[in-house]
Amino acid sequence: MTVDADELRGIVRGFLAANDPRGMDRLDFLRARFDAGLAWVHFPAGLGGLGAARELQPLVDAAFAEAGAPDNRPHLNSIGLGMAAPTILRFGNDEQRRRYLRPLWTGEEIWCQLFSEPGAGSDLASLATRAVRDEAGVGSEAEWVVDGQKVWTSLAHRARWAILVARSDPDQPKHQGLTYFICDMTAPGVEVRPLRQITGEAEFNEVFLTGVRIPDSQRLGEIGQGWQVALGTLMNERVAIGGRAPAREGGLIGIAAEAWREHPEKRTHGLHNRLLRLWVDAEATRLTSLRLRQQLAAGDPGPEGSAVKIAFAELNQAITGFELEFLGEPGLAYDDWTFHQPEFTDFAKRGPGFRYLRAKGNSIEGGTTEILRNIIAERVLGLPPESRTDKDRPWKELPR
Amino acid sequence: MSAPDLLYSEVEEDLRANVRRLLRDRCDWTAVLARCETDEPYDLALWRTLAGELGLASLLVSEELGGAGASTRELSVVAEEIGRSVAPVPFLSNLLTTATLVACADEPRVRELLPQFIDGSRLGTVAVGLTTVPYSAFPQSVKAEGTALSGSVSAVVDLEVADYVVVPAVDADGAALYLVDASVSGVSRSATTPLDLTRRFGTITLDRAVGERIASGADAERILRQALVTTAGLLAAEQVGLAQKCLDVTVEYAKTRYQFGRQIGSFQAIKHRLADLWAGVSSARAVARNAADTLARGDDETELAVAIAQAYCSDLVVLAAEEHLQLHGGIGMTWEHPAHLYLGRAKSSQLAFGIADHHRQRIGELADLPMP
Repeated sequence: MTVDADELRGIVRGFLAANDPRGMDRLDFLRARFDAGLAWVHFPAGLGGLGAARELQPLVDAAFAEAGAPDNRPHLNSIGLGMAAPTILRFGNDEQRRRYLRPLWTGEEIWCQLFSEPGAGSDLASLATRAVRDEAGVGSEAEWVVDGQKVWTSLAHRARWAILVARSDPDQPKHQGLTYFICDMTAPGVEVRPLRQITGEAEFNEVFLTGVRIPDSQRLGEIGQGWQVALGTLMNERVAIGGRAPAREGGLIGIAAEAWREHPEKRTHGLHNRLLRLWVDAEATRLTSLRLRQQLAAGDPGPEGSAVKIAFAELNQAITGFELEFLGEPGLAYDDWTFHQPEFTDFAKRGPGFRYLRAKGNSIEGGTTEILRNIIAERVLGLPPESRTDKDRPWKELPR
Repeated sequence: MSAPDLLYSEVEEDLRANVRRLLRDRCDWTAVLARCETDEPYDLALWRTLAGELGLASLLVSEELGGAGASTRELSVVAEEIGRSVAPVPFLSNLLTTATLVACADEPRVRELLPQFIDGSRLGTVAVGLTTVPYSAFPQSVKAEGTALSGSVSAVVDLEVADYVVVPAVDADGAALYLVDASVSGVSRSATTPLDLTRRFGTITLDRAVGERIASGADAERILRQALVTTAGLLAAEQVGLAQKCLDVTVEYAKTRYQFGRQIGSFQAIKHRLADLWAGVSSARAVARNAADTLARGDDETELAVAIAQAYCSDLVVLAAEEHLQLHGGIGMTWEHPAHLYLGRAKSSQLAFGIADHHRQRIGELADLPMP
């Protein structure tokens, strides 16, 4: 028996009648909302949800927004909400779910992701961060001792917890020797250093792990099952990145189109042609993404996500390059090279130079365009895999 | 503007299955190739089955007029299947004629003839050049004095099999549409040898040929423009069907063709091209569905939706046919392989109803992105 839309509206109404968002402390309100099962309604009862259909969530969010209720500032905890939470729900035990999900959803505890390494980017499964089991941990519980270096970690400097993949058995082939952990970012041996990018700012960090001790109770999934758990996490990343469906001119094309309207004196026929092509491509990508959403809502997750991600990256790069050329002299300037660590990157609030440089990362982060093409070719079209020599050899024998 | 429904309904999928089954049985590419150099390049028996038995010629016709009262959504699914099989049937002319005649159904003569177009026993076309841009001015090449029409129009699609021709003409009242029986005196037709072996066209010359006026003035201009916009929107769906076919066949070939001791589909040089083509076909499907749905709803964004669909799909189908040929290597250059049928249909359809550039210019006007 699941909750339908009408019942859900009634539950929200009842909750708001008992909990006045304007008269309550923000966190108390969010905790109460979680406890009422109205945080993420598709999660199970007791874990912030009601076991309802996922599509009903927007209805709930809209009702809370309408009532002037505070939200959980989802853009400040994107890794936690988008990746850690579904992974904990699927692979965590009851104790882990109860401990982590509530403060994650309310935003009291920010999460980051310790996956990529300097030597393991696209080939994530080759990662080298070691986790060595120490049976004589604290009390009766075993511990793991972790050493290694992670990179491209957004939010690490704010995070309380991290999802971490480390190598627990170097004698196994690379996919089989990994284990997945929840890492306390305040533990001794965790050092976070900002990683300055070509834009001048540091959205990301490097994280150095030196003798970090993780209790075995913070392991997610079985020993050696880390790759399967990580795949579950990454699936959520692709949906999160590729699933957005903005309004017409909602993305960067809107900024370029506005510039075109504001500056008739800068227009040329060649640029007009380019702008119209980009506009059509943006519209095609928007509609593809909308179609993907409709397929997901109809319970038929199409594989368009990877394609939409490739298209967004190519579009963003082409549009931001166009914008600089169209602007001319102002395109030579840069708004701000000052080193800082932004909470959240908003392309629209920065200058065209920033947009141009930052968009270069769109075809690298969250799966490079080249890897995504392999995924489409192999998983969607069923073409044969690359011939590979590394799959069945012990990780420790692989050239690095 | 409400959100378009970009998926296929069950009814649409059932219709697709029926059309696909028929075309698989009666219209595989070897049959298409065998026919295209004979005296009967069109398969009119197949057309009568499609039009009459499967009822596709009646989809756009309201129930009140004896049709099925469906919409461009269902018809676009048929268009995809016809594109997929490069069927040599007078489909485009049927779209043009139906869209025109349905809008003129108050005329007794039109009402009398419609049932014969619906059941496939009569064929019609509209005397506009196949490359006519839907947003262009009303054609001026035919003049009418009284009921006598004179002038000529080239690149009229499916002209050689048409029983009736709707002729846009200029008369004393301005723009007008005339219905002309193609067998009356003063009508002569000459076929042009087409690049696309599966779709024919020709020049119609009228020398004081008698026609009956079925629309005039602003109505005539609006009806012709809407018929061209509708047909251009459905052509995008035909292009999606052909592009998908080119992709499917090429993927299969890449799995079975061995060179250097491997399936060629295991080389990234091939895989990445096919992945990109798949992404392009996915987007083409989204924009073509958007056009079909917007046409069906008849909302005020119809022209924009069709312009976007044509700007995208007409280039994408050519890319698909060209990739199909290139990735097949030498075999694709031979007459005994369907690659040239796909390429001819793709390239010709790219030119039909305006190349992508024309549609982008219209988008510039509609989306407030003005020229320098």
